[in-house]
Amino acid sequence: MGRPAAGTNPSLGPVSTPQAPQVQTRRGTELAMLGFAAGLVTLALAIADGNQEQELTRQILYYGVAFMALFGLAHLAVRKWAPYADPLILPCVALVNGLGLVMINRLDPAVIQRAKDLQRFVPSESAPKQVVWTAAGLVVFAVVMWLVKDHRMLAKYGYTAGLVGLIALALPGLLPSSLSEVNGAKIWLRLPGLGSIQPGEFAKILLLIFFAAFLVSKRDLFMAAGRRFAGMELPRARDLAPLLVAWALSVGVLVLEKDLGTSLLFFGIVLVMLYIATERVAWLVIGLTFFIGGCLIAYQLFGHVQVRVQTWLDPFADYFGKGNQISQSLFSLGTGGLGGTGLGAGRPELVTFSQSDFIIAAIGEEFGFIGLAALLIIYLLLVMRGLRSALAVRDTFGKLLAGGLAFAVCWQVFIVVGGVTKLIPLTGLTAPFLSHGGSSLIANYAAIALLLRISDAARRPAPQTPKGPKPQQAPIAEASTVLVERPT
Amino acid sequence: MPDLVMQLTRAGFLALLWLFVLAALRVVRSDLYAASGIRVSMPGFRRSSGKQQARGKQPRQLVVTHGALAGTRISLDGRPILIGRADDSTVVLDDDYASTRHARLSLRGTDWYVEDLGSTNGTYLDRAKVTAPVRVPLGVPIRIGKTVIELRS
Repeated sequence: MGRPAAGTNPSLGPVSTPQAPQVQTRRGTELAMLGFAAGLVTLALAIADGNQEQELTRQILYYGVAFMALFGLAHLAVRKWAPYADPLILPCVALVNGLGLVMINRLDPAVIQRAKDLQRFVPSESAPKQVVWTAAGLVVFAVVMWLVKDHRMLAKYGYTAGLVGLIALALPGLLPSSLSEVNGAKIWLRLPGLGSIQPGEFAKILLLIFFAAFLVSKRDLFMAAGRRFAGMELPRARDLAPLLVAWALSVGVLVLEKDLGTSLLFFGIVLVMLYIATERVAWLVIGLTFFIGGCLIAYQLFGHVQVRVQTWLDPFADYFGKGNQISQSLFSLGTGGLGGTGLGAGRPELVTFSQSDFIIAAIGEEFGFIGLAALLIIYLLLVMRGLRSALAVRDTFGKLLAGGLAFAVCWQVFIVVGGVTKLIPLTGLTAPFLSHGGSSLIANYAAIALLLRISDAARRPAPQTPKGPKPQQAPIAEASTVLVERPT
Repeated sequence: MPDLVMQLTRAGFLALLWLFVLAALRVVRSDLYAASGIRVSMPGFRRSSGKQQARGKQPRQLVVTHGALAGTRISLDGRPILIGRADDSTVVLDDDYASTRHARLSLRGTDWYVEDLGSTNGTYLDRAKVTAPVRVPLGVPIRIGKTVIELRS
């Protein structure tokens, strides 16, 4: 563990079974599943149009073919640059993204009509933008896959990634509100003339790379045993510093950027990566204690946190004001019931932000519990395949990074769905791949490209060990040994 | 759209969505053993003896090459070998640098794998630290504290 890139393990050769059974690349399976996903998306588009009393034209078929072509290109990129990658990750992403596109497209006329009725600011159509972002996301996906030939090279840039990620995360909080505030959350970076981006989404991946590299090189620090308490080995007090830094950072995000979601997301990721690296429950317990303490302080000090908690405890108390969004979301889910109203037949536009933060409520209304459960299972499959790659990959950095990336998706879905269904206080995060939002979509595609790269490394049969005489080494028993700690 | 058609498409779409989930689960199931890179010995799964012959040498014994027990030989019969200071280990080490339960050698399929059992000072295959079960080729030294062992045919 001394080196940062412990992954460049000289034992990689002998680790593998030289005559391991022929590993299938399973690219055919991926293509078939992608076709299935594209078919489902096309069908959903047709149903939505039909239910909204629009003419069913051949146009829909063209859209379906274009969707398939887009993901077909991504599939070709995988086939070329990561032939052994997991066959399920890309189809799951494609289906979630496609359903999101259909939903956003179906909501566009309704949202615009409602804005006109209420004489509010009329938004422009979101679906064309989301299509462009999907294409951009897939380009980023292919570029990441092409650039990162081996995920272990990322470990070398660990500290750089950490610094850039930290700046990206903190920048909106430090900039004046005119440049960074949209709808009360200071998580944006407004570029005049170019639109706005959410740097936190990209910071997420950079910080994940940093944590993985950091934990690989400094794992021993977190493993040093302290006192035992209640069946857990507590870490020594001085080893808590990195955790305290992460905690201070996430509380800083909460305070400066007024964004509970990002704060929760980052702290959760840090804790789970620490847990994956050390297997110690104590870190989780300590971290959660810190976080709860931080939340209590924030609740006392800041109005916007109190509002969130109050609308969570009783959204109907202020139905026409601050609790309206969450109340409408609950009505929306209730209207959907078990089987949903049918795509295009509900009124999910009554929820504010039904295309981005509350798209889960829209899906719940039109697909019902059955459809929403299927969607959540598809997310679960995505996460499971990521964790599976983390288990199977042979180097520690890859394990941590894949575990972190997979957990980030899982955690984000939990925060979003928990907020929409009133399980936890509402936070403003996007559902990965589903919600309307360019930064989130593009960043998530980059994350998926990394995950596929790691799963490729995990499933790829190791190269044959080179034959020939071994280099002469000093007798291994004479190598120096350091007594770190006397075993008890 | 007529009401009946609408209800049918609604139900049909949900059914197809779940069909996608089931298809994905089928892929997961078929992939259970393939992805790990380590072959898991399944009950009823035997390699043909012809293949074993082609492979040549099989490890038959474990030899201690350095350390207090140098010269000790243990013949391998397929049962896992525990190495450590505990009295019930297969190889009982009297070594300050070894942990009570230090490492385990176990047979999976036709290969022996060494695995560190959370020892304090680590187990090394050749010069690489063993962090996960690693296949042990013939004649490659495994270092545990001051003791070095290797597999021979």
